[in-house]
Amino acid sequence: MDIQLQYCLLIAAGLFCIGIYGLITSRNAVRVLMSIELLLNAVNLNLMAFSNFLDSDEIKGQVFTVFVLTVAAAEAAVGLAIVLAIYRNRDTVDMEQFNLLKW
Amino acid sequence: MNIAEGVQVVSFFILSATMLAAALGVVLLSNIVYSAFLLGGVFMSMAGIYLLLNADFVAAAQVLIYVGAINVLILFAIMLVNKREDFSELPGRWIRKISTAVVCAGLFVLLGAMVIVTPWAIEPPSTAVVRETTVVIGKHLFSDFLLPFELASVLLLMAMVGAIILARRDFIPEQIQERETALTLPERPRELDALEGGTGK
Repeated sequence: MDIQLQYCLLIAAGLFCIGIYGLITSRNAVRVLMSIELLLNAVNLNLMAFSNFLDSDEIKGQVFTVFVLTVAAAEAAVGLAIVLAIYRNRDTVDMEQFNLLKW
Repeated sequence: MNIAEGVQVVSFFILSATMLAAALGVVLLSNIVYSAFLLGGVFMSMAGIYLLLNADFVAAAQVLIYVGAINVLILFAIMLVNKREDFSELPGRWIRKISTAVVCAGLFVLLGAMVIVTPWAIEPPSTAVVRETTVVIGKHLFSDFLLPFELASVLLLMAMVGAIILARRDFIPEQIQERETALTLPERPRELDALEGGTGK
């Protein structure tokens, strides 16, 4: 018995679905950002699994994962800055009360 | 990797179970500080799985960037918006939760069926590359991925400037306000005392 590609993909799919559930249903804005990080991690796990099992000569999936790490760091910084700014404006982090674009 | 097959499989399943349980905790727990620490657990388990998938450099980068930077940043954000508020109950919210859960379960079943049905062209991992992943990643970054590499540095610079501008508490003095330029904002920033009264002091 060995680690199979299918196990990694199934686990990544489960993590992705948990992330989507948290992204839609959570009401705290910081928790929404955490769910986005879960989604990015699921995609990273997919890339690493394909890089290990299908492309082990030139590991381009790992290079892609490094780029996703970079984009995730930038996204976390800007997203948390937006959460701070909107908290200062509206005095809440409840996602249901961010209805500035609703008319 | 020099570990026996059985040890690899057992540790893989332990790490996966830990990761999925911690991810469920991130989403479902009501205290957000617990969620942030469990998110660190998810990232560490993910780094362990990367090690099992023969990627030592990316595992180290995962620990450094996710646990060391992003998780600490999220903890700082929780500390800065530290207002214990009970969200008001909305009518019909459980319908949304249940429908979202059904859609997510359906998506998981769909993805799982696709993963299992598809015949993957698996090749055995070559031991030559496995020992020097850092060298191979560096060669990729400076030959065929050079343009994305440089663009990533520009992206990080833009994100740094944007985060500073978005998160800083700016108070513009009055004498600057009176000049009308093309770059003047259409709405005036709020006064400082109103701003400090709003943060719950």
